[in-house]
Amino acid sequence: MSETSIPPQKSRLRTALDSDLFYTFTHSPVAVVSTVVVLVMVLASLFAPLIAPTNPFDPASLNLMNGFTPPLAPNDFTGETFLLGTDDQGRDVFSTILYGMRISLFVGVAAVLFAMVLGITLGLLSGYLGGWVETIIMRVADVQLTFPSILVAMLIFGVAKGITPVEYRDQMAIWVLILAIGLSDWVQFARVVRGATLVEKNKEYVEAARLIGRRSGAIMLRHILPNVLSPVLVIATISLALAIIAEATLSFLGVGAPPTQPSLGTLIRIGQGFLFSGEWWILLFPAITLLALALSVNLLGDWLRDALNPRLR
Amino acid sequence: MLAYIIRRVAQSALVLLIVGLVAFAMFRFVGDPIDNMLGQERTADDIERLREQLGLDQRFVVQYYRFLENAVQGNFGVSYRQGRPVIDILMERAPATLELAAVSGILAVLFGIALGVFTAIRRKGIAANIIMSVSLIGVSLPTFLIGILLIYLFSVELGWLPSFGRGDVVDLGAWTTGFLTASGLKALILPSITLGLYQMTLIMRLVRSEMLEVLRQDYIRFARARGLRNRAVHFRHALKNTMVPVITVIGLQVGAIIAFAIITETVFQWPGVGLLFINAIQFVDIPVMAAYLMLISVMFVGINLIVDILYFFIDPRLRVDRKGGH
Repeated sequence: MSETSIPPQKSRLRTALDSDLFYTFTHSPVAVVSTVVVLVMVLASLFAPLIAPTNPFDPASLNLMNGFTPPLAPNDFTGETFLLGTDDQGRDVFSTILYGMRISLFVGVAAVLFAMVLGITLGLLSGYLGGWVETIIMRVADVQLTFPSILVAMLIFGVAKGITPVEYRDQMAIWVLILAIGLSDWVQFARVVRGATLVEKNKEYVEAARLIGRRSGAIMLRHILPNVLSPVLVIATISLALAIIAEATLSFLGVGAPPTQPSLGTLIRIGQGFLFSGEWWILLFPAITLLALALSVNLLGDWLRDALNPRLR
Repeated sequence: MLAYIIRRVAQSALVLLIVGLVAFAMFRFVGDPIDNMLGQERTADDIERLREQLGLDQRFVVQYYRFLENAVQGNFGVSYRQGRPVIDILMERAPATLELAAVSGILAVLFGIALGVFTAIRRKGIAANIIMSVSLIGVSLPTFLIGILLIYLFSVELGWLPSFGRGDVVDLGAWTTGFLTASGLKALILPSITLGLYQMTLIMRLVRSEMLEVLRQDYIRFARARGLRNRAVHFRHALKNTMVPVITVIGLQVGAIIAFAIITETVFQWPGVGLLFINAIQFVDIPVMAAYLMLISVMFVGINLIVDILYFFIDPRLRVDRKGGH
């Protein structure tokens, strides 16, 4: 067979656009809308410093006289107008939300990535190696599953807080949060990957790879891993929604992002203090942002689960 | 069956030992207990005496054994922050959490089953569809936002219900209750709805899907053919057979209710164990954290064990299978 008879290879983009997944995507309004919402929020938080009218964490740009300005109404003293109003310290609520979303998304994504890497590694190891490795990993997973993950995250946060010296606590809080949420969420990934690995490892291609002398590590990473990834993708999306809510909950409870680096949860915590005095905008707008973010990621995850499930086609 | 129960009990004991080890490690290695217990003015003698008194000069295994021995007797040490024995503080706070959890659990079960049956029987009705859509939103709302929303509606706007605390409580010696005063009961309403809403939607959806499954079975058709009334078919024949998974979920959710009480208690400043735990984390009060961890694990593991054993009594098929296997 000569080289020229092979039809020109389709570009990757073309392949992606022609796939079933893309087709179902364009025909699902829910998926399109939630993707647009998530994309807008991701871009807005990436470019927060460019979009935000003020930097809410630069004390020089703050004017206490601007405090408690209602949305779209000029301030009594300075005459300045803010799209979503200002909080007690005169910080523009729109800007704090942009920066807060940044932290919420960063913590959520980083925590899920961490949980994913940890879960996939442990799942592959226990599924492929079996024996005592599997027993230990899966028993730990069982014990951890007995407890709600938010409780596990709180405990890890508390312990990590106890270990870090007082002067670093605020700086480290974000990383501790990622560690806590990530560690509370790896079990799902490990279980699914282990299950899929158990199925895959008896297939012929794995046998073949073993016969040509590839080492266990290479077989797990290069051969089995690509074949167990699609359920992982679904879990990752749903986990992201849960991680964002978990982060918001922890921060709301005062055991998460510190007031110096507020996430959406911290902003809601701050806003709750003004619920009774009538400054509703300090609470309402961060809450709506959080809801929109969590809901769209959730809907996207649901859609992805159905789209990747061959039985539902 | 006995062998199965013994194996499950042994597993549970192992889990508790591991959790105990975690709690002990927290107590022993997070911060220096000596540092935390003695003030600024201390001498080398003081440190040595306390070290001996606490048994910190012993080997690790001995220390762990002592810790467990103390924990079993309810001795969890002294709170760093309040300077009182942890067990006293926990006992003082427990009634608030248990009352809240009980009320939300009962609300969730009653309304969950009732709405589940309703939405299954009237599957195509408008009301059932509205309930189902609202429940979807209820599941995606974070607990604390539900609490804030309820406070805004019923405390700020309408002014009907209190937004924080337990109201007036009656002291019954070892137990303080909010059930006996009007303000205590009023104070219970919003927190218990907040706490129970998620479990309610969960039970409702489960009962609905199980009912739909069961109603399609032959024996239901047969019951109808015998001319039984709808009510008898739905409740005596159908509902009864949906109960196995429902009871499992209810059992497992009891633990979740206690854990999520942390969030609800913080929103409503409810003086329970959950609020205590959150404050302990904020102030790194390790003994309180360790004690809470131990207490809640005993509860979780115990509930799991009971649910597993209950299976045998609820579902005769399991018993038959076991016997057949021998």
